[in-house]
Amino acid sequence: MGKAEQRMDEIMGRLLRTGVILAAVFVLAGGGVYLARHRTPVTNYRVFQGEPEELRKVSGIFHEALALRGRGLIQLGLLILIATPIARVAFSVVAFLYQRDWTYVVVTLIVLGLLVYSLLGGHG
Amino acid sequence: MKLRTRLALPLLNRIELRRGTRTALNTIEFTALVGLGALLAGFLGALTGLGGGVVIVPLLTLVFHVDIHYAIGAALVSVIATSSGAAAAYVSEGYSNVRVGMFLEIATTVGALVGAALVLRLHVSIISIIFGVVLLYSAYASITQHAHSGADGGPDRIATWLKMDSTYPTENGLEGYHVRGVPQGFGLMFVAGVLSGLLGIGSGAVKVLAMDKAMKLPFKVSTTTSNFMIGVTAAAGAGVYLARGYIDPGLAMPVMLGVLAGSLIGARILERAKVKVLRMVFSGVIAVLGVEMIYNALK
Repeated sequence: MGKAEQRMDEIMGRLLRTGVILAAVFVLAGGGVYLARHRTPVTNYRVFQGEPEELRKVSGIFHEALALRGRGLIQLGLLILIATPIARVAFSVVAFLYQRDWTYVVVTLIVLGLLVYSLLGGHG
Repeated sequence: MKLRTRLALPLLNRIELRRGTRTALNTIEFTALVGLGALLAGFLGALTGLGGGVVIVPLLTLVFHVDIHYAIGAALVSVIATSSGAAAAYVSEGYSNVRVGMFLEIATTVGALVGAALVLRLHVSIISIIFGVVLLYSAYASITQHAHSGADGGPDRIATWLKMDSTYPTENGLEGYHVRGVPQGFGLMFVAGVLSGLLGIGSGAVKVLAMDKAMKLPFKVSTTTSNFMIGVTAAAGAGVYLARGYIDPGLAMPVMLGVLAGSLIGARILERAKVKVLRMVFSGVIAVLGVEMIYNALK
C-alpha cells in the first residue's frame, strides 16, 4: 500500500469515527430532551401510522432540531448517521480522482448518485 | 453477562404479562427495556460475528409488539452505526478490498432501493416469512462457517479489467490473490441488497457468501470488505425509510444507542473471549426466532 493510499485510509477512518460519534451525541441529547418532556404512556407502535412530514424531510428535520425539540434532535443525529457512509463514498470519489483511476471514479459516482437519490426521498 | 441476562429476563416477562392488558409501559420504562435488549443484541452480535441487527426486528416485533415497519426502520439505522464504527477500526489494516467493495456497492445499493420499495407492496406476513428464512439461513451459515482456503484460480478477464486483484497481510507478509466470478458475485450482492432494504438488516452472511464462495476472495478479506459495504447498503435503504416515515425517533434512539454501545463492548472483549460455544448458543437463539417469525406469520 502506497503512502498516499495509507493516508487516505487514515482520513477515511477518522471521517467514519467522527460521523458516528457526532450522530450518537445528537441522538443522546435529543433522547434526554424527549424523555424529560414525554412523560405520557408510550407511543403506540403496534399500528403503523408513519412519521409526521416534518420528521421525514431533511429540511423539516433541521427545522425541528433548531427548535430544540427532542424528536427533531434525535432525527438529526440519525440523519448524520445515514450521511456518514455517503460522505465516505464522496471521499472515495476524490481518492480515485487523485489516483487518476477513471473507471473507479465513474463506479463511485454511480454509487454516490444512488445514495443521494435515496436520501432526497427516492420514490423507487 | 449473567447478571445482565438475569436482569433482562424478568423485565421482558413483565411486558409479556402486560400484553393484552390496558396498562401500558411509560416511555422511560419502554426506552430502558428496548435499550437493554438492543445492548445485549449488539454485544452478542459483535462477539459472535453475526451482527446485532438481525435479532433487533424479531426482538421488537415478537417481544415488544412493535409494527414491523417501525422495527426495520430502527434496526437498519443501528446497522449503519455498528458497520461504520467497525469499519473505522478495520479500514487502515489493509484487509478490505476497496475496489471490489465499491464495484459491488452498485449492486447492493440498487438492490436496497428495490427492497425498500418492496416493503410497501408486500404483505406483512410475507415479509415475516422471508425474515424467518433469512434468520434460519444465518444460523446455519454461522455454525458451518470455516475459514476457506481454496486454491487461487488465477487471473480472470473481468476482474483484471476492473483491477480487483490485490494483496492482503498474512503471517508471511503481504500475499497476492486473484478475484474471480465477478458476475455471480454481482448477482448475489443484488440479492443481499434487496434483503437489506426489505428487512432492515446488514445481510453480512450473503455478502460474505458472494465474496468468499463466488469470487474466491480470502476469508478475512471477504469479512472486512463485507463490513465496509454494509454501511453504504444500509444508508441506501435508510434514506427511503426516512422519507416514508418508518424511522421513529423515540424507538430508533434506544435501539441505535444500545446496539452501538453493545457492539463496542463486544468488540473490546472479543480478543479474550472463547466464542465457539457462545456462537452456537446465539445461532440457536436466532434459529428459534426464525421459526417464531414464520409461525407468527402463518398463525
